[in-house]
Amino acid sequence: MNSIKINNVCKSFGEVKALDNISLEIHDGELFGLIGPDGAGKTTLFKSLVTLLRCDSGNSTVCELDTVTNRKEIRQIVGYMPGTFSLYSDLTVYENLKFFADIFGTTIEKGYDLIKDIWVQIEPFKNRLSGKLSGGMKQKLALCCALVHQPEVLFLDEPTTGVDPVSRKEFWQMLRKLKEKKITIFVSTPYMDEAVLCDRVALIQDGRILSIDTPEGVIDSFSRDLYEIKPHRIYDVLKALYKWDKSYSSNAFGNSVHFIGKDDNVSVEQILSFFKDSGISVEYVKRIKPSIEDCFIEFMSGKK
Amino acid sequence: MVISNQEISVHIKDLTKKFGDFTAVNKISLDVKKGEIFGFLGANGAGKTTAMRMLCGLSYCTSGEGTVAGFDINTQQEEIKRNIGYMSQKFSLYEDLTVFENIRFYASVYGLSSEKIKERGDMLLKRLGMSEHKNTFVKSLPLGWKQKLAFSIAVVHNPKIVFLDEPTGGVDPVTRRSFWNLIYEAAENGTTVFVTTHYMDEAEYCDRISLMVNGRIMALGAPDDLKKEFNVENMNGLFYLLARDTSTL
Repeated sequence: MNSIKINNVCKSFGEVKALDNISLEIHDGELFGLIGPDGAGKTTLFKSLVTLLRCDSGNSTVCELDTVTNRKEIRQIVGYMPGTFSLYSDLTVYENLKFFADIFGTTIEKGYDLIKDIWVQIEPFKNRLSGKLSGGMKQKLALCCALVHQPEVLFLDEPTTGVDPVSRKEFWQMLRKLKEKKITIFVSTPYMDEAVLCDRVALIQDGRILSIDTPEGVIDSFSRDLYEIKPHRIYDVLKALYKWDKSYSSNAFGNSVHFIGKDDNVSVEQILSFFKDSGISVEYVKRIKPSIEDCFIEFMSGKK
Repeated sequence: MVISNQEISVHIKDLTKKFGDFTAVNKISLDVKKGEIFGFLGANGAGKTTAMRMLCGLSYCTSGEGTVAGFDINTQQEEIKRNIGYMSQKFSLYEDLTVFENIRFYASVYGLSSEKIKERGDMLLKRLGMSEHKNTFVKSLPLGWKQKLAFSIAVVHNPKIVFLDEPTGGVDPVTRRSFWNLIYEAAENGTTVFVTTHYMDEAEYCDRISLMVNGRIMALGAPDDLKKEFNVENMNGLFYLLARDTSTL
C-alpha cells in the first residue's frame, strides 16, 4: 500500500512555479528522501501534504485520506517537523513534549516506546527552556514532539540543514531505528550524500522531479563515462578543463575533479596528454562510478 | 619558517573567551597567510562563531592576543572592521533594494566615493554577468545569484581578508561549485579567505584547515597532510575521528 500518493500537483506563488506537476508515491514503511537545494519546492510540497497549504491543482492523499477534504483526520495521523524550530521557546523541554501529547489527546506514556531512544538523550535537560537548547538538542526535542502521538507517517523538512557531519550521522541513525518501528518517513534534505541512506529518493529542482529511484538505481542510470582526476592544485586543473574543447563538464569533488568528455571516447590517455601539453601535473586519472551528486548535476544540466 | 608580518593576514596566540564558568574558546593559536584559503571547521557548538566574532572585531577576548589584517584585536577593532569583508550564512542583502542599490549601500558604508562605487559596481556586475539585472529587486533573483552577489559585495571595498560563515549551506551542487570558483579567484588576487562549512568536500578545497572541538583546535594543517597524520581517507573521516558531538552539552 502507498502511504502517500501525489498526483499532478501544481502550486504557484505569483509567477514562481513552486511545484510544477509533481507526482509521487511513497510506500508503507518506506524511508523516502526528497533531495534538492533551497528553493526547489521541498517545503511547499511538505506543507501541502500536512494540510497547511492548498495546491492550485492536482490532488494528494496521506494514508488514503485526501489532503483537502480530510484535513482534520490527516492532522491526527501525521507527525511534522518543520524546517525552522517551531516549538515554544518559553516552555521547558518537558512542557513542550507534554503540550504536544495533550493537544493530540494522548499521554507521554502512551507514546514513550517510540520516542524513548531519542528522549533519553535530552531528558537530563528536561527542565531547561527549549529556547536555551543547542541546535542539536532542539532538533531532538522537535523530533520527540512530532512522534509523541504515534503518527503513521512522519514528515521531516530539512532536519539536518546547518548541522555538522557528526550530528547528521547520528540523526540518520535515529531515523533508521524509527523505520524499524514500521513508521513511514518522508524526509527532505539539501545534502546529496544523505540520499544513499534512504530506501528510495526523488531528486527535485525548480519545482520539478528529476528522478525517482533507489539510490543505486539513480547511480546506475548515469550513462556517461566519468573520470576522476587527482590534481595537485584543483583550481589550475579546473581552469584548464573549462577551456578544453573536448570537455563536457568538470566539477570539483573534494580533493579531486570529476570530468566528463564531450563524446564518450575521450580516453584516460587523451586526458593525461592534455594536461601534459598544458604543463599541469596531475597525480592520476581514472574512470569511476558516479555519486548521487554527480547524477544530480547531470540531471540539473538537463543534458541527459 | 619565519614569515614576515606583511604576509600574515591573521595571527592569533592563546586566544580565549569565557562566558562565566564556560570556556567557549580555549587558547587557540593559528596563523593565516595572505592569499590563503583557510577552512575553519568544527561541530555545532565547538566555538567557531565565538572565535570568528573576536577576529572580526565584534567581541573582546578574555585573554590572548592577535592581529587581523595587521591590526590588533584588542585595541584596533574599528580598523579591523574597515579592512575585512564578511558574509554570513543567512542571506545578507536587502531584498527590497535592487542589485545596484545593494552594491551602493554596502560600498558607501565602507566609505567608497561615488565614482569608485560606480566603477567597482559596474566591474562587479560585468564579472558576474549581471549587468542587465542592475535594477532588478534582489528578492526576485535565484538563490545562487544572490549568494554570488553577496560574496562580491562582501569584497567590494577590496578587503585584505574576507570571512565567510557557511556561505554555501543549502545551495545546489552546481552553484556551490561556481561559488568556490569565486573564492579561488579572490584568493589568486591576494585576498585571504577565512571560511566555515559543514560540507566536508569543501574542506578539501582549502589550502589549510583547522578543526575545533570543545573550544580547542585539535587539528591544523593542509588537508592532505592531516589525512596522513591521522591516518584517515578523507576529511569526513577526520571529522568523525576528532569532532565529538558537543550539541548535547
